[in-house]
Amino acid sequence: MANEEAIKAELTGKFPFLADKIVIKRERRLFADVPQDRFREVFEHAARKMDFVHLCIITGLDDGDNLLFIYHMAKLDGTVLNLKTTAPKSNPAIKTITDIFPGGVIYERELVDLLGAKVEGLPPGKRYPLPDDWPPNQYPLRKDWKPEMLEGKDGRKEEVKNG
Amino acid sequence: MAKVTIPIGPQHPALKEPECFIVTLDGERISHLDMRLGYNHRGIEKACEARTYVQDVYLIERVCGICSHSHSTCFVQAVEEIAGLQIPPRATYIRTLIAELERVHSHLLWLGVAGHEIGFDTLLMYTWRDREAVMDIFAALTGNRVNYGMNTLGGVRRDFTKEQLAEVLKVIDICEERTKYYIEVCTQEPTVINRLSGIGHLSHDDAMRLGTVGPTGRASAVDKDVRRDDPYLAYKDLSFKVILDNHNDVFGRAVVRVLELMESYKLIREIIAKMPDGPVTVKAPRKIPAGEAFSRYEAPRGEDSHYIRANGTDKPERVRVRAPTMANLQSVAKMLEDNNLADVPIAIAAIDPCFSCTDRMIGIRTGKGTGNSIRWDDLRNYGVKWYRKQGIDFTDLNRKLAKKQE
Repeated sequence: MANEEAIKAELTGKFPFLADKIVIKRERRLFADVPQDRFREVFEHAARKMDFVHLCIITGLDDGDNLLFIYHMAKLDGTVLNLKTTAPKSNPAIKTITDIFPGGVIYERELVDLLGAKVEGLPPGKRYPLPDDWPPNQYPLRKDWKPEMLEGKDGRKEEVKNG
Repeated sequence: MAKVTIPIGPQHPALKEPECFIVTLDGERISHLDMRLGYNHRGIEKACEARTYVQDVYLIERVCGICSHSHSTCFVQAVEEIAGLQIPPRATYIRTLIAELERVHSHLLWLGVAGHEIGFDTLLMYTWRDREAVMDIFAALTGNRVNYGMNTLGGVRRDFTKEQLAEVLKVIDICEERTKYYIEVCTQEPTVINRLSGIGHLSHDDAMRLGTVGPTGRASAVDKDVRRDDPYLAYKDLSFKVILDNHNDVFGRAVVRVLELMESYKLIREIIAKMPDGPVTVKAPRKIPAGEAFSRYEAPRGEDSHYIRANGTDKPERVRVRAPTMANLQSVAKMLEDNNLADVPIAIAAIDPCFSCTDRMIGIRTGKGTGNSIRWDDLRNYGVKWYRKQGIDFTDLNRKLAKKQE
């Protein structure tokens, strides 16, 4: 685990506010909570200076009053750094990372469609993955969303009942 | 000359799955490519939150038909990590064996599709015939050609006998002989080389920047393979080469896949030779303690990643799935820039796309269309009536069968 400890030491050395926020879960897996106002710096440092050159995915999830975003980034040696940050549901705004990882654009579009995140700086393009006529303000991966909320459209209720 | 924009898809003879590529052409050359995805969205991530872990294993397996074992293994190993379960060594090896057999049939399938897309249908017939041998061995081992249902929390659901494993070796011998021939075809046949070379160019830097994974990336010398970099299952104890190529085009992607087949055969032999004895499952708790895990798996198409968060109940709090095609799609737009329109099918096919896995989350149709849905009973009655109209009536036969069963 020397490798993981070294990564932890480098991150806490550069960003002292992360001191008790980094957890080594197992070999090659680090998780870190980063406050949103400092997230960009930490993310950019990890991607550009620490060889976390591959963005595996971005996970978004409904965490009560907040939306939680996890950026899973990997080194070529297999070490994965999972950087977490939150934004309140009342204003779920985050900044895009597509300037660093252009391939991440589709993951950010998912956050917009499925969780209602506001991604600042997201390049224009087609929505993903919901249909064009999806009702506004319905975010299916939020915990308060139920399929019944689409009820009343051509016997949708019947179809839900029948599984 | 004015630029012309052509939508290809969501239904189009050149594509096997629903996706829409909006191609802007300058003459025959592609100047820009935009895409609209999501037509296969089925709501799996949300559905997982409403089901138990054991039910989810089967649901996740259906994210994709070809990489079914990839997704279910990626899922169970994350859940096992959260629960702190150590699965028996024999179960690990059985999972690895199925994983490599899956890679063999997936790569053979790809080679056939690639042949078809360039008008070389003989290659399609040959490779798919050989793929059948692998499908048959799957049916013999697991009871099914795809969606094997091998994984469960804490191990695998079936054990294999020595005779069954000997059968696998026989099939692998045949496939290896045939693959040697395909390697010759792909690397020496002038028509194939000329048709594939220079098509769908993706430079190493672009492949790295866009996060390309799997054989698509390895053909642009992106040295990523989760089996070696982030070893899971039994790969730590097995020896294999990661195939890299620097042609950066469809030709390179074909070479990487055919050579990977040879590595898979070696791996399968090694797995069977080293297969430890012992139980194949340990008891898994119904409720998984709160926690989280991020799991990676090298599927035939590239890195598959799952993130699972558990909340202490028997149902997960969040299941996040990222299939390899999703990571590779961004590179398609880059690959097709300045290519001919006629190269679209083979260049897209060369990432071995799988849109079912890409669009796995929410797919509820609203508005138009749902009025035509038909219930199971109605469908059955409709079938019975239809056959009766043709003069075929099973009523008597059904009655006789029912009597016999009594």
